[in-house]
Amino acid sequence: MNNSLLIVILASAIFYGTPLLFAALGGVFTERSGVLNLGVEGMMLIGGVSGAWASQHIGGSAWFTVFASILVAMFAGGLTALLHAFLCVTLKANQTVAGLSITIFAGALGLSSYFANVWKVAAHPVTRPIRKLDVFGLADAPVVGPLLFNHTILTYVSWVLVAASSFYLFRTKTGLQLRAVGESPQTADAMGINVVKYRYFHTVLGGMLAGIGGAFYSLAIVSTWVDGLTKGAGWIAIALVIFGFWRPDLTLVGAYLFGALQSLGTTLKARSFHISGDLLDALPFIMTIVVLVLVSSRFAHKRLGAPAALGVPYEREER
Amino acid sequence: MKSPVRLERRLEQPKWLNWAIPVISLLGALAVGAIVLLLTGKNPIDVYQRIFERGFLSTRALTGTLRTATPFAFTGLCAAAAFRLGVINIGGEGQLYMGAIGASYVGLVMGNSYPVGIVIIAMVFAGMIFGGMYAGFVGLLRAQFNTNEIITSLMMNYIAGIVLNYLIFNSLSYWRDPRSAGFPSGKPLDKRAFWPSYEIGGVGISFGLILAAFVAIAVWVLYKRSRFGFEIGVIADSPRAARYIGIRTKTTIVVVTALSGALAGIGGASQVGDFTHYLDAKGLQLNSFGYTGIVVAALARLNPLGAIVVAILLGGLTNAGYSLQGPDFPSGLVGTLQGLILFTAVAGEILMKYRVKRNTAAKKATVAL
Repeated sequence: MNNSLLIVILASAIFYGTPLLFAALGGVFTERSGVLNLGVEGMMLIGGVSGAWASQHIGGSAWFTVFASILVAMFAGGLTALLHAFLCVTLKANQTVAGLSITIFAGALGLSSYFANVWKVAAHPVTRPIRKLDVFGLADAPVVGPLLFNHTILTYVSWVLVAASSFYLFRTKTGLQLRAVGESPQTADAMGINVVKYRYFHTVLGGMLAGIGGAFYSLAIVSTWVDGLTKGAGWIAIALVIFGFWRPDLTLVGAYLFGALQSLGTTLKARSFHISGDLLDALPFIMTIVVLVLVSSRFAHKRLGAPAALGVPYEREER
Repeated sequence: MKSPVRLERRLEQPKWLNWAIPVISLLGALAVGAIVLLLTGKNPIDVYQRIFERGFLSTRALTGTLRTATPFAFTGLCAAAAFRLGVINIGGEGQLYMGAIGASYVGLVMGNSYPVGIVIIAMVFAGMIFGGMYAGFVGLLRAQFNTNEIITSLMMNYIAGIVLNYLIFNSLSYWRDPRSAGFPSGKPLDKRAFWPSYEIGGVGISFGLILAAFVAIAVWVLYKRSRFGFEIGVIADSPRAARYIGIRTKTTIVVVTALSGALAGIGGASQVGDFTHYLDAKGLQLNSFGYTGIVVAALARLNPLGAIVVAILLGGLTNAGYSLQGPDFPSGLVGTLQGLILFTAVAGEILMKYRVKRNTAAKKATVAL
């Protein structure tokens, strides 16, 4: 029963969707503060390479290594995001081009590949990958086993994170102030909210989550370092923030949908379905465009729209 | 805590900033790059000296540099043309692939039966049409549904890469050489579809680069001297004002995005006609021509003529990277430096808008408190 195609696809949707979920949740925080982050792909790759490096060099128990590598990936992703925040918040630069510069600088042919070469990360596979757990020994239980009790620790963390960030955004004072900063920084500033601090903090937070997403690729999905191993996941994550209407819970749905699309190729090939591999590879990208067109209709934007000040640098002296 | 400097808005923007800022940005990128090199145990002066030697200091180096600069010039023009309207087309990469597909098709079909000049012109137009239509779709989505063109154009890059792989590796398409059974590759073009190349003082110059220079002049004239260019400027500054005075904003967005894609498409045609002479599915995807084009456009401050100069500069950097690649010169270095150049170019824009002043007045105030 657990081998049926539907269960396998659903389980791998969660597995492949996990890094997308982390990166997209990071995007929700960043964009809610009014900063557009197109550097996600670069931040994921930097997180991925640093996580793989840490996993090869940090000793101790297996659990400690995994924990430490995730921390290192978070730190590296956050540091990359700090550059983005400096450009966007302090220098008030064009956020679109700033994000692109981060992705080119850190991306597949940039710093992540440079670090991988200098640190010789690709030379060995990751010996201590993030493994799937057997929670309560229920991994083999029918249906619920593969869906709920047989995931990596990061998947469970991401579920907690979705609940926590929903609570944070919509039920706490800080979350309310964060949304105010993203909607109208002028008003927020007048209320005495430190716009700069909020934007810096949430951009860096977004980078840290993107770093975890990248590490999920190098430590769990691919389990070794390959240049550019996220293959556009960062960009899909940016689109997911829009599909999720800047809400953590809907982002989770979108992440698993695209996780399913990404894993479909591997799953169907393993069962020797006669279907074009190229078409399956292209499916996540085609679907991103399709869904983006659907949600960008004027109606959807008005009702559940983006933070009003998204992508606009805040300049105090202007009005 | 007060920062030691403060920013003061410029009331007017002096002309000399137009070239001073890119130079400062470039130097800034080299300085930050030096920090990265030092942190990873390399000698920055040594590395930069070797880049300069292998990029610019011999006829052989210059030939390679101009060869590498050719696609950068086209993708740079592609990015500049769209960015000027405020349409962030980052799909130059995929539009270049499509141009290569279109041009190689025409080259294969016409190569052995038409005169040389006609074949070349047809290849250029095929590249433009394929690249232009591919980008036009993105423009159409943006104009009609207000779909974020950044993400759609980027997704189209990945799709175009998959199309390339399909045509050469995973199907028996018209583009694939039927004799290449073991290792699939593109069908070679007839000699008559080869684009000419010229030699000046021992330095080889491709037809494509010369074409790029003429195209850059044409784009410059279009944007600076024509009514259409004026309308583009109005839309970029204020879409609402543009609508009020009766400019057809939607049509302009589609046309400009398609034009931008057509420019990248010529770059793809040039790859086939000038250099590889077959559809090189793998080679096209190795170099990230499209993303470098964004760096070119930004550093040239969206000036088409400047884009040619910057393309040659970045061509030198990239070409040096190819010939130096090895343990002392890891492969990601060129991309890192390109990213830093874009980074400092974006940061440098602040100098265009603001003047940096010492924060003396504020200091006194805090002392007084």
